[in-house]
Amino acid sequence: MSTNVSTLQNLAIDMQKGVPMKPAAETSAKLVTTDLNFYYGKFKALHGISLSVPTGAVTALIGPSGCGKSTFLRTLNRMYETVPLTRAEGAILLDNEDLFAIELSALRRRVGMVFQRSNPFPKSIFDNVAYGLRVNGFANKATLQESVEQSLRRAALWDEVKDKLHESAYSLSGGQQQRLCIARALAVNPEALLLDEPCSALDPIATAKIEELILHLKRTCTIVIVTHNMQQAARVADYTGFFLLGKLIEFNATKIIFQTPAQKETEDYVTGRFG
Amino acid sequence: MDRLLIRRKAVNAVMLGLTGLCALIAVGVLVFIVGYLFYSGGSSLNWNFFTKLPTPVGESGGGMANAILGSAKVLLLASLIGVPIGFLGGVYLAEFGGTTFPFVVRYMTDLLNGVPSIVIGIFAFTLIVLPQKHFSTLAGGMALGLMMIPISLRSTEEFLRAVPVSMREGAMALGATKTRAIVTVVVPAAMQGIVTGIMLNLARVAGETAPLLFTSFGNRFWSPGWGQPTATLPVMIFTYAIAPYEDWHRQAWSAGFVLLSLVFAVNVIARLALSRGGHQRR
Ligand SMILES: Nc1ncnc2c1ncn2[C@@H]1O[C@H](COP(=O)(O)OP(=O)(O)O)[C@@H](O)[C@H]1O
Ligand SMILES: [Mg+2]
Repeated sequence: MSTNVSTLQNLAIDMQKGVPMKPAAETSAKLVTTDLNFYYGKFKALHGISLSVPTGAVTALIGPSGCGKSTFLRTLNRMYETVPLTRAEGAILLDNEDLFAIELSALRRRVGMVFQRSNPFPKSIFDNVAYGLRVNGFANKATLQESVEQSLRRAALWDEVKDKLHESAYSLSGGQQQRLCIARALAVNPEALLLDEPCSALDPIATAKIEELILHLKRTCTIVIVTHNMQQAARVADYTGFFLLGKLIEFNATKIIFQTPAQKETEDYVTGRFG
Repeated sequence: MDRLLIRRKAVNAVMLGLTGLCALIAVGVLVFIVGYLFYSGGSSLNWNFFTKLPTPVGESGGGMANAILGSAKVLLLASLIGVPIGFLGGVYLAEFGGTTFPFVVRYMTDLLNGVPSIVIGIFAFTLIVLPQKHFSTLAGGMALGLMMIPISLRSTEEFLRAVPVSMREGAMALGATKTRAIVTVVVPAAMQGIVTGIMLNLARVAGETAPLLFTSFGNRFWSPGWGQPTATLPVMIFTYAIAPYEDWHRQAWSAGFVLLSLVFAVNVIARLALSRGGHQRR
């Protein structure tokens, strides 16, 4: 853990609209949203979210169901564009670059995503992991082989599947399928990985494996994870943002959010007094 | 309490018996048909049946080789028309269509599906047979192909819609375009269902007789190429069954049995091929 206590206390808690809530000092930001509004048709699902996701750390987004966590996450790789009549307003920067100006497939390669329910393709384990590489034009056989192995290793799945790479992905257990989806996302070497409740359908052992994996990955990849499980946020996240009714109530180091939150709503939520 | 339990058990037993009985009846009908076909036509089933032309009335022996080949050709043509149009149309409706246009198309195909097969036959007759002034394999294939379109279109659409959104999103989250995601992920995921739908569809039109009566007509001899009238199994069955000859009746039953077996064989082969290469969700 690189974040020491003094950095934690230096975190700016600037609640003013338009100024991204972010840790002030050394930490650089991978993704920065400024006054981000989001609409499903006429329904406004996000209200002026300003948040910066620190590079090389795990950022957790918590909050009650329907508060806009997934919606926010899906703006970060513009996944919402597949849903008709949706609209995002405001600015998002990826490494200080306007995210809306980045070509879509390039953006999706740089910012990967893993979904709530594991969604392997009806293909072999190998072809699942190779999918992103093939889509992005890396079809060289030797490189493919190598990156598939490397990605499976990074996802801590290699030892379990190395002898059956050409079997169907559906022959794997639920937890393995989810790690396969992580491997698949890692294969294109994303700078950031968005995880939307990746463990919600898994048993505690499979969950523990994925959490361990997340802690390993953050060295090479910035991670944003949505979770409804507060213990999980406390275990894996360096920073935590609390969402309520489409607003970002508070964003800070995980310890502060769970121990000395600045906002009453945050405290109520993390202590379970909510609702 | 006890009475409630007994009541519940009784209802359960009755329902179980009832559903079981219905399932049994459904299977029973099939077994009966196949058995009866074999019983009545089995005696005429021999090598000649598959290799020889029909013999003139009164002369025993002979076979239906020309009708078997004729049916195969007509069905091949029908598939060449019905499958691609239905499949691509289904992909369009499910993936690109918006809301109004698919609604209209769906409504029209349902109407087309409800058009009696004999009317489709008349249509093909007017369109192809009349201008050419002769019956042909082509006209028969065209008629059956038209009949295949609505069901292959609707079943393709339904199976594509059944593929979870998460699958498409998974592909697009890796940088795939929508089209690429459809081609490489969505269609393969739906393939088993789509092929099953097409097979059932093929089986259904394989037995159609009415539209063939005045399109491919019939032929006691081989029908080379695509431009001449041809014998087909269903029309053969029809002709032989209403003829006043004992021997022909037996051959009609045999033809029925062969038709059913061929449809069944194609079905099994297609499914085997699919399960071999596929990675289906369980
Ligand atoms: N596709 C959609 N169309 C319309 N409204 C949606 C859609 N997806 C989510 N919403 C609405 O947006 C709000 C936020 O949803 P979501 O981001 O999924 O919440 P969370 O992930 O925090 O549970 C909810 O009120 C939800 O009903
Ligand atoms: Mg959600």
